[in-house]
Formats: sequence, structure tokens, C-alpha cells
Amino acid sequence: MAATTSSADPSPAGPQGQETAEKGKRRQAREEPERDAAGLGRRRAAAFLAPALLLVALFLVLPAVWTLYLGATDYRLTGIPAIDPAFVGFDNLTKALGDDGFWRSLRLTLVFVLGSAVIGQAGLGFALAWWMRERTGRLRTTLEVLVMLAWILPSSVVAFLWIAFLDRDGGTLNELLRTPGAAWLLDHPMLSIVVYNIWRGSAFSMMLYSAALGNVPASHLETARLAGAGGLQQLRDVVFPRIRGHILTNLLLISLWTFNDFTPFLITAGGPDGATETLPVHIYKTALGSGELGYGAAISFLMLLINLVVAVIYLRLLGQRNKSGTAGKKSRTARRKARGSGQKEAA
Amino acid sequence: MRTGTNPVPALLRGIGAYVLVALALAFFALPMLWLAAAPFDAHPGVTASLPDFTLANFKRLWNNPNAVDSLASSLILAVGSAVLVVGLSALAAYALSRVRIRGRDGLLYALLLLSSIVTGTAAMVPIFLLAAELNLVDSYLGVILVLTGGLLPAAIFILKDFMDTTPRSYEESARVFGASPLRVMWDVVVPVVRPGLATVGVWTIAQVWGNFLIPFLLLRSPDKSPAAVVMYTFYTEGGQPDLALISTFSLLYSLPVVLMFLFVSRRYGFRFHGGIKA
Repeated sequence: MAATTSSADPSPAGPQGQETAEKGKRRQAREEPERDAAGLGRRRAAAFLAPALLLVALFLVLPAVWTLYLGATDYRLTGIPAIDPAFVGFDNLTKALGDDGFWRSLRLTLVFVLGSAVIGQAGLGFALAWWMRERTGRLRTTLEVLVMLAWILPSSVVAFLWIAFLDRDGGTLNELLRTPGAAWLLDHPMLSIVVYNIWRGSAFSMMLYSAALGNVPASHLETARLAGAGGLQQLRDVVFPRIRGHILTNLLLISLWTFNDFTPFLITAGGPDGATETLPVHIYKTALGSGELGYGAAISFLMLLINLVVAVIYLRLLGQRNKSGTAGKKSRTARRKARGSGQKEAA
Repeated sequence: MRTGTNPVPALLRGIGAYVLVALALAFFALPMLWLAAAPFDAHPGVTASLPDFTLANFKRLWNNPNAVDSLASSLILAVGSAVLVVGLSALAAYALSRVRIRGRDGLLYALLLLSSIVTGTAAMVPIFLLAAELNLVDSYLGVILVLTGGLLPAAIFILKDFMDTTPRSYEESARVFGASPLRVMWDVVVPVVRPGLATVGVWTIAQVWGNFLIPFLLLRSPDKSPAAVVMYTFYTEGGQPDLALISTFSLLYSLPVVLMFLFVSRRYGFRFHGGIKA
């Protein structure tokens, strides 16, 4: 926990900080002399905070701690352990770590996160944001509304839509491709839920990258273009260095969300034969399906740990950027300028 | 403009870009076609096709008592949670933004991470046990409190960002005139951060409207189930999914969030503000 806190420290300033360094400085300057403008005082501030913190403590922190405790017992849904669970210590954890089912499910989860979030949603989201950047008109609006619709429809509805879309007999996809009888959910279950999740979640990356691209000055792009930089070169030299913080924040959030997503269960129910049993589904099946509540809680704990590790890695990367931020930016600009003028001369 | 650029590759690139855009349009539109067609079809199948037009499905749905009740349940849960989340997160975000509390940023980040991790399946069992302990099983209040607890950290995060960027001089002058902090907040701060409050409110409603797991876990009597849960009960006598009811109900169930989204994006624009961590 200590590691998270310390590495998290610079980050709240991070995503704002990268908009412009000056803005951050201004904010700090403003905060120092007139911190408590309304005369709140510590005691009243605590009173303002109390109701929210109470609910969070009761319904978020307590269940998390409870999960830790349950993970160390043999608590079950039925039978004697249901009434009087015994303390078993690390037995559940060692059992999970020695279980092929756990590792398989972890591997599937990583494929799901990498394929659908880190590559799929982030990539498609960026491509959409890049294309929409300086466009207006009906085509752009239509595309934007469709992408957002996929994101805001309730998940129960979306699950039905995809089951119908991929249906073996007469699903819309088979009708379109003229491949009657192709059982997508049976023959390519992982691919199906990866594509589904790209469809479902790209809107968030699109919105975030649109906001980020708005902070890249058009004049810089223009300069690079006049200096003869192609599209990819512009992206690499002008755009990516400026929105690195946004990229990391986005990757962190969509990775965590995808990691904990339960919707694949509504489409495939973890099947066929466990081929799409990601960790949340695995826990659900263990805890409520087989009634092994204690063992399920122990896997939850492992999942929590993996999430923390992922978060800490991203936050470290963000922190590095903050430290080396100003120096790096300067040298990069200098390099860009040198390259730009060199190319101009050559032309 | 671009000297030395051959027009033919540029043209090809233009065409290529539009082919990609057309593919993207198709990718996002095709799965949703069924939702637009099937509710109006007299004999809906799973294929999206031009409907054999009828409104009979809506009449059948209207006569199904569960369907209408469930939408009312969803509304109670969504509005209840939104009121709690907006009110409590505004108070907390204001206090955090104006008074320096040690370890504030670390605490906020830790809670945010915890909320994105715990709210799902991980804490399912303890949440049920806790609700049973507090006598909150099968009550709307239980579902609202659990959902609020899970959504609050992110809401505080978003709102604190809005509060940080509001000017403090108004608050000071209001204070000079002897207004209490709560009064200052209500009369001075709330009007300024209204877009932020709207964002959080809409976000909460959308989250609760679509949530399946918590009401499924905590609400025991069928007449209290919200729409997300009731959707899974529409089967014909033969045990097949009743596609007519499911599609019609899906459309009605989706409509409020879609309309809300269109309204808000027209009015405020769905842009990320400052610290984008929504």
C-alpha cells in the first residue's frame, strides 16, 4: 500500500499538469495564499467529508477487507463450513497458485485485456479521434454518435445484441458474410469477446484522446508538415510526446476496467468449456457456482494484487514523465527544430 | 500546397481513409440494427431485417406487469443514487479542494483504484453478507447505498477538479458578508460548478441504470427487480427466449439513457475537463 501512495503522489497533478506547465504553476500560486477562501476550517471540512467517507468505508473498504479475511477461511455456501468456517491461513492461496484452472483463467484475462483494451480500444479510439480531429459535418457526427451509443447502452441489452448478431442460424453477421451455420461463439469464443469489447469500449479512448489532441497546438503540426514530416512522423515527433500522460492514464483505466469486466459472462457464460473463463467469471463460478466462498475470496485477493501491480507500473511510468518532463521536452523541441530546419534546407 | 506530392497516391490515400471510415461505421452500426428493427416486427428472429411492421409488441409489453414495474424500479434506484452521489461528492470535493488535509491525494488515488477493483465480482460475497447484517436485503435503500459507496470515489475525483478551477474571490466576499460555509457553497460554488454536477449526475444515472450484479444480488422479490434483471426473465412457454418481448423491452429500456446522453451532449458537450480521469 505504501508503494502505491508514494508513487501516486505526483500523479493527481499529472494529467492536468501536462496540459501546460504554466497552468499548474498558476494553480499552485493561487492555492498558497488563499487556501481556505470560504473559511471552512478543519473541523467543518471534516464534517463535509464525513458522510461520503462513511459510505465509502462501509460499502467499499469494509467488503475489501472482509474479502481478505474470507480468503483465509474454508467458508462455503452450504454444509458445516457455512455455519462455522474454520481458519485455514494461506491454504486457499497455495491451492489457487497450484491450480491449472487459475493460471488458464489468468492467461485468458491477459489476452482479453491486451487484445481488447490495450491494443483494440486504445488503437481504434486513437484512430477515430485522429480522424475526427479537424472534421465537422454529418459523417463525423454519425460516426461519433454510433461509437458513443455502443458505450452507453445498458450491458444486458448489449449482451443480447451480440448474441443475436453472432447467432449460428440467421445471425446478422452470418447473413452478411453468407456463411450460414458458422458458430462464432463456439469456434472463436475468445476472438468474439475481444471484438465485442473493442466495440463496446472504444468510445472512452476516443473521447479522452480527442481532448488530448485538442491540446496539441495546430501550429506545431503545421510546422512539422511544412518541414516535410509524413503522417507517422508527425505522430511520433509532435503528437505522442505531448499526450504521453493521457495515453498512460487511458491505458491504466481501460486495463483495470477490462480486467474486472463481467459482461463476457452474459454473452458466453465462460464457455465453451471454459474457453472464455476470465478471472471475474472464474471467481463467480468458484464462489457461487461451486459454493466455495472462501476459496473464491482468495482468488479475488490474488486478482486485487494483480490489479495493484498493474496500477503501480502505470503510475511509475507517469511519475517518471513528471520528473524528467521539463528537461525532456526542451531537448525534444531542440531536436525537432534542428531536424526541421535541416530538412527545409535540403528541400 | 504540398509541392512535389504526386496527386495519385494522395487520391488513393483519401479513398483509403474513407473506406476505413465506412468500415468503422459498419462495425459500430451493424450489431445495433437488430434493436432498431426487431421491436417493430410481427415475427422477429435474430436477423436484422426490414420489419413486417407492427406495434403489437409494445402492447404486449405494456400488458406485462413485470416490465413496467421494473422500469419504475430502475428509475428509483438511478435517481436515488444520483441524488446521494452528487450531494455527498460535492460536499466532500469542496472540503478537499479548499482545506489542505495531509495525505489527501494519496487517499483519493487509493480509493479510486479500490473502487474500480472491488465493485465487480471480487467483493460479491462480503457485500451480500454485509447487507444481510444491516437488514438491507430486498430493499431499494440497500442497493442505493452499495452503489453509492462504489461510485463516490470517482465522483469526488471528477468534482474536485471542477472545484479546483473555480475562482475563490466570490467565496471570500460572501464570507465577508457573514454567510456560513454551507450557504457560501450553495449560493456561490454550486452555480459555478453546475456543469460538473451535471456530468457526475448523468454518469451516475448511466452506471446505475445498466448495473446488473448488485440488484441481482440484493433484491429478492421479483416485483422489485430493475430492468437489467427482468430482461433475463422473458421466456416463452417453450423455454425459448421471447424475442419479441426482449427486443421491445431492450428498446424501451435503452431509450432513457440514450435521450439523456443526447440532451447532455447537446447542452454541455461530453468533453473531459482538466483531469480527465472520469
